[in-house]
Amino acid sequence: MRSPAGSTPDPVQTVVLKRVTIVAEAVLEQRLIALIRDCGAKGWTLLDCRGEGSRGVRASEWEGANVKLETLVASAVADTILARLVRDYFEHFAVVAYVQDVRVVRGDKYI
Amino acid sequence: METFELARLNLTSPMVLGFALGIVAALVKSDLKLPEALHAGLSVYLLLAIGIKGGVELGKAPLAEISAPLLVTLGIGLASPIWCYAALRGLGRFSAVDAAAIAAHYGSVSVVTFTACGTFLDAVGVAYEGFMSALVAFLEVPAIVVAIFLARRSTPSTTRWNETLREVVFGKSNLLLLGGVAIGALAGPAAEQVKPFFVDPFRGALTLFLIDMGVIAARRLGDLRTSGVRLVAFALGAPLVNGAIGAWAGELAGLSVGGTTVFATMVASASYIAAPVAVRIALPEANPALYLTSSLAVTFPFNLIVGIPIYHAIARWLHA
Repeated sequence: MRSPAGSTPDPVQTVVLKRVTIVAEAVLEQRLIALIRDCGAKGWTLLDCRGEGSRGVRASEWEGANVKLETLVASAVADTILARLVRDYFEHFAVVAYVQDVRVVRGDKYI
Repeated sequence: METFELARLNLTSPMVLGFALGIVAALVKSDLKLPEALHAGLSVYLLLAIGIKGGVELGKAPLAEISAPLLVTLGIGLASPIWCYAALRGLGRFSAVDAAAIAAHYGSVSVVTFTACGTFLDAVGVAYEGFMSALVAFLEVPAIVVAIFLARRSTPSTTRWNETLREVVFGKSNLLLLGGVAIGALAGPAAEQVKPFFVDPFRGALTLFLIDMGVIAARRLGDLRTSGVRLVAFALGAPLVNGAIGAWAGELAGLSVGGTTVFATMVASASYIAAPVAVRIALPEANPALYLTSSLAVTFPFNLIVGIPIYHAIARWLHA
């Protein structure tokens, strides 16, 4: 039943998931997308971005500066993604990754 | 025409002056910089235009005329990374991986330098073989592959060859160039239809692109302070040595004075579009500051400003 206008709507059900954010040099874009999909991510959002960090140098002016890749996943998937990043990319590439708890509407879509 | 007069004509071309404007803009910390999408768009335009132009000429040229230049191009493409690598290891004392990464850049071609050489020759009224741009792709691919192979010979590890080859052969720069050559060769006289877009505005687009290249090159100048004297010496010496070898080989292959100049410039130039991406993926442990600074901040401006007239002078001397 719909709530009458003006009154408080029914509370929306949310699920706690992990938001994994990876900021990396743009040359890695396709590889990182393949990596998170391989780990079990169902979707992702990618932004072109600029920034500065300890490495400073990028491999190509043509490929753009950095990309920021975000995905909403279950806790175990987030851990796998981080482990794979550490193993394959952290040593030689400019990569930053972090995980946050987020409350997500329709959370079952992402697991 | 005297060599100094040619050098002066080169320095006062709109392309080189545009490049200078970009350098000035970066030095005075101006906010001048082309939007990234425009830079990428202009790259696509320039590569395709060069490819189509070369393809049309390639379609007209008899096989006998191109077979010798093609063989020489492949030979230089395989050999130049080896002598660059040897010089970087022996004289430069660079690590095997860094030496190979830099050698990949100097073995392959800077398409913008190649194009600037063509517009220089047009401006001074010297004809050159139109199929030269088809040779660019043949110089580019073997050089990068040989250099990566050299690195992996001494430090066998993680190069993913499938990915690397795909990056080199099917990366957008090579694909656009080869695709353009195919379009030009297949279309033949029908390529006239796209001439108003791909030929007439070409130099204007190149000038715009070079303003941005000036900004990008000058921003890397700061890295020179940390890169060391040996790298700068290599970045200035390699184009002269490679250019002289290229001029000799071009003459040997039967190219005209103009064609020899273009070929010398191709061999003298260092890639900074295709090679960096391929090397970044194939040799991730190599230091990008070394190969980008040398090719982009030193060799590219050197070739653009003084190298091209020098290679032309060598070509004229060889043909005299």
